[in-house]
Amino acid sequence: MDISFILQQVINGFSLGSMYALIAIGYTLVYGVLRLINFAHGDIMMVGAFLAFIFLGILTEWKFEHITMSVFLTAVGLSIIFTSIIGVLTYVVAYKPLLDKNAPKISLLITAIGISFFLESLFNVIANQYFGGSYQSFYFPEIFSKIIKIGNVTIPVLTIIVPVLTLLLLGLVLYILYKTKIGIAIRALAFDIQTVKLMGADSNKIIAFVFALGSALAAIGGVSYAMVYPSIDPYMGMLVGLKAFAAAVVGGIGSVTGAVIGGFILGFVEVAIPGFFPELGGWKDAFAFILLIFVLLFKPTGIMGIDFERQRF
Amino acid sequence: MNIKEMSAKEYFFLIAIITAFFLAFLYISPKIFSDYTITVLSNIYIFIILAVSYNLINGVTGQFSLEPNGFVAIGAYVTAILMLSPELKEEMYMLASPLPLIRDIFIPNPFFALIISGIVAALVALTLAFPVFRVRGDYLAIVTLGFGFIIRTFLINTPEISNGSMGLDSIPGFASYFWIGVVCLVTVILIYNIVYSKFGRAMKSVRDDEDASLAMGVNTFKIKTIAFMTSAFFEGVGGGLLASSIGSISPDQFTFMLTFQLLIIIVLGGLGSMSGAILGTILVLGGMEALRPLDDASWSIGLIHGIPGLRMVVFSILLLLLMLFARRGLLGDKEIWDYVKLKKRINNG
Repeated sequence: MDISFILQQVINGFSLGSMYALIAIGYTLVYGVLRLINFAHGDIMMVGAFLAFIFLGILTEWKFEHITMSVFLTAVGLSIIFTSIIGVLTYVVAYKPLLDKNAPKISLLITAIGISFFLESLFNVIANQYFGGSYQSFYFPEIFSKIIKIGNVTIPVLTIIVPVLTLLLLGLVLYILYKTKIGIAIRALAFDIQTVKLMGADSNKIIAFVFALGSALAAIGGVSYAMVYPSIDPYMGMLVGLKAFAAAVVGGIGSVTGAVIGGFILGFVEVAIPGFFPELGGWKDAFAFILLIFVLLFKPTGIMGIDFERQRF
Repeated sequence: MNIKEMSAKEYFFLIAIITAFFLAFLYISPKIFSDYTITVLSNIYIFIILAVSYNLINGVTGQFSLEPNGFVAIGAYVTAILMLSPELKEEMYMLASPLPLIRDIFIPNPFFALIISGIVAALVALTLAFPVFRVRGDYLAIVTLGFGFIIRTFLINTPEISNGSMGLDSIPGFASYFWIGVVCLVTVILIYNIVYSKFGRAMKSVRDDEDASLAMGVNTFKIKTIAFMTSAFFEGVGGGLLASSIGSISPDQFTFMLTFQLLIIIVLGGLGSMSGAILGTILVLGGMEALRPLDDASWSIGLIHGIPGLRMVVFSILLLLLMLFARRGLLGDKEIWDYVKLKKRINNG
């Protein structure tokens, strides 16, 4: 086992982990505020990737040739905006009416599953009807697929950009949560929703902001996922979303830093185990849930150890 | 007459009458209806088994779980492995030769095969319940959803047990229309008796207020685990029937789609209602058959024309509308005869 092999695994783990982290942040934010597993969050990520694909298609007149950086960033930016809008819409259309009616938790979870399935089947129909099949290749500027070689270690530019971007975004989210007024409002909401309402804050606006923020991060996560695997399909969000949720629980759900730590742990596990034990490669998809079950057995509050009933974020 | 106030004798008499009528229907219906109708009907019976047992954990105990596809897969594979003869298995396992235990195990009796399938599913449920029910919260949903993926990964990656992605075929077709109906009837009666027993009341108390039932001395962990295992047992049995009636199984048959269908069924019927689950099955499966043209690209009426996958869009919108505007479903958590009784009381003044 030489050092360059290990280094290679570490870099790959970082790259995969940061994608899980981006999606896990969204789960943890919504869970902190509403105590709801937003099942649709993984599909929001899929929507982000698909919208980026569609905008890229529109901007390049469906040729996907010579994509320049500015075109790509415009498409991704538009996708982030529209994905946030869709995220807020899911809250307004599907969750808010039930919350207003004080519906039992199980109704909210079923609605979340309904939204998830709706987005999947809707984009499945769109892809089948307009793009001629569920699976589509994802195109991006060539600069991202350049490979840097240091000794025996090959590093695609992409695997550096994604983790760096994730850490920057984590910094941004933490800044919003701890240094801005809306951040204080979000943390207060997570602490006690009734008191926040009594204080005259518009809880709906704050929750909508949480959904927008989570969806924007999910869109970025979705685009990075699509770039790494260079393909998209309507059902890609489900498994990734579940794994990201598992990562959020491992890190301590309710904690943003915990979500990022959990995401990186999961990324390393998924890269390292097949790397060092190739015969376990086929089992990759099961690791996240085995990890989840172990965490639930031994430390249900996760690594950051947030106590659900008291403190959050 | 209220079914809950009946004496034991009257209750058995009622069950005997229902059984006799249903058996007569099972005997006569193949002679009246077309083969297509009979296929749809036996599918409905299997889904009634699945829906009623799924309702036990989701509706009656109030623990949101997304497990059916996993346990149905377990039941289907266990039944198939038990009922295929060693020679046939030797021939069928192409990707890897079967493990000696898997190859030699052979229980041609469908009754025992189904029971064992159920027990295996229930034991798997026990191992899942242990980490999940120790903590409060909605972990059950995510663990069971992930469990479906684990089962699929397992089935694909252990060709010496499950023949990998090739799946198994030529499974003995013991599950005729008549026997599926009989198993369905037995399941419904058994689960009805569980729901309206001491355990059933404890399950409902867990659903309505877990803290209060803990304070009343109900061991909520035990009750939740029992409900989950019972549910898994019957889903395993249903899976065995499904394997036998289709004849061939593969890992891709047991996707989340199956769970989603069952979820719509029990939500439509009313979470917690047995008769609701049965009614929901009939309506949803009937509706799926009726909406089949939507998936067919050559079908069109005016501007609307079929697109593959459109049917599931319609069904997910249906689920959303149900949750938003008619959260209690058709029957709420009551049974159909509770409404009959109410009407009578109104008539009597």
